[in-house]
Amino acid sequence: MAAEAHAPTASEYIVHHLQHLQNVKQTKIVDFSVINYDSIVVAGLLGLLAVYVLWLAARKATSGVPGRFQAAVEILVEMVDNQAKANIHNAESRKFIAPLGLTVFVWIFFMNFMDMLPVDLLPTIWSKVYEAAGHDPHHAYLRVVPTADLSTTLGLAFAVLLLRFWYSVKIKGAGGWAHELVSAPFGTSKNPIFALILGVVNVLMQIIEYVANTVSHGMRLFGNMYAGELVFMLIALMGGAAALSLSGVLLPVGHIIAGTIWTLFHILVITLQAFIFMMLALIYLGQAHNAH
Amino acid sequence: MENILGLVALACGLIVGLGAIGASIGIALMGGKFLEASARQPELINELQTKMFILAGLIDAAFLIGVAIALLFAFANPFALK
Repeated sequence: MAAEAHAPTASEYIVHHLQHLQNVKQTKIVDFSVINYDSIVVAGLLGLLAVYVLWLAARKATSGVPGRFQAAVEILVEMVDNQAKANIHNAESRKFIAPLGLTVFVWIFFMNFMDMLPVDLLPTIWSKVYEAAGHDPHHAYLRVVPTADLSTTLGLAFAVLLLRFWYSVKIKGAGGWAHELVSAPFGTSKNPIFALILGVVNVLMQIIEYVANTVSHGMRLFGNMYAGELVFMLIALMGGAAALSLSGVLLPVGHIIAGTIWTLFHILVITLQAFIFMMLALIYLGQAHNAH
Repeated sequence: MENILGLVALACGLIVGLGAIGASIGIALMGGKFLEASARQPELINELQTKMFILAGLIDAAFLIGVAIALLFAFANPFALK
C-alpha cells in the first residue's frame, strides 16, 4: 500500500491493519464517541446476509424429500432448538430465545468467517476505491472482521445482559428478583444485623458475577478472533518478506503451508466460538429463569 | 527505550509461555478424563464429545486472549510509542 514512499516495515504493516475506519482516532481505552464504521457496516451487511440465507431455506422448504441445503438448515435449527430445550425450561420464553440463539449463532459465524478471506483482499480493494475517490491511499483503513473489534463483542454480551435482567424481572417479578439479589449465594438470616451483612455481601457477589460473566462472554470471542487475525497477518508478512531478500526464496512455501494449517484450524475455532457464544447466552438466560 | 523494548519482549514470552502451560494442562486433564469416561461408557460418547468441545473452547479462550495481547504488545507496542 505504501509502495511509492517506502515499503512498510512489518510493524507498520500490522499497525496499519489494526486501525479501524472510524470517525475520530481513539485515544482512551473507553471512549463512547468513537464509532467504528467498518465493524458496523460489515456486521450489518452480514446480518442481512444471514437472514436472507435462512429465509431462502424457509421459502423453498418442502415437507417432502428435502434438498441438501434444506437438510443442512434443518440440522442447524434442530441443534439450536435442542440446546434451547435443554437450558430453558419455559416454553413461553423459548418462543423468543430459541430464534435468538439461532440468529446469534449464524450471525457470529458469518462475522467470524470474514477471517477466512485473504487478509489483504478487502483492505486493498478499499484503498484502491479510496484513492479513486481522490484521497491518500495511506489513510485507507479497514478491518473486515467485526468480531475482532472489542466494541462489537462487548455490545453483543451487553445485549445478553439486558435480556437476563428482563427475564429475571419477568419470571420472578421485581420483588422476587430483588429478594434473590440479597439472598443468593450465601442465604439470609433471621437476625436483622446478620441479614443486613449477608445482604450487602450477596449484592456485591451478584454484581461481580454479572460483570465477570458479561466481560468474559465478550472478551472470549474477541480474544480468539483478534489472535486469529494477527496470526493471519504474520503469515501474510512471511510471504511479503520473501520479496525483500534473496535468501528468503523459500518463504512463500512456508507461507502457503502455515496459511493452510492455520486456516484449517481456524475453521474449527470460528465455529466453536460462535457455538460457545450461543451456548453461554442460552445458559445465562436459563439461569435467569431459575429461582433460588 | 531499549530497556522498555526488552522488558516488553520478555513479557510477551512469559504471557504466551505461561498461558500455553495452563491451557495444555487443562486440555490434557479434560481429554484424559473424556477418554476414560468414554471407555467406561461408550454410549455416552456423543453427549460427552459436545461438552468436551465446548470446554476445549473455554480453556483455549483464556490462552488465546493472552496470545492476542502479547502479539499486540509485540507489534503495536503502546509502551514504546511515546
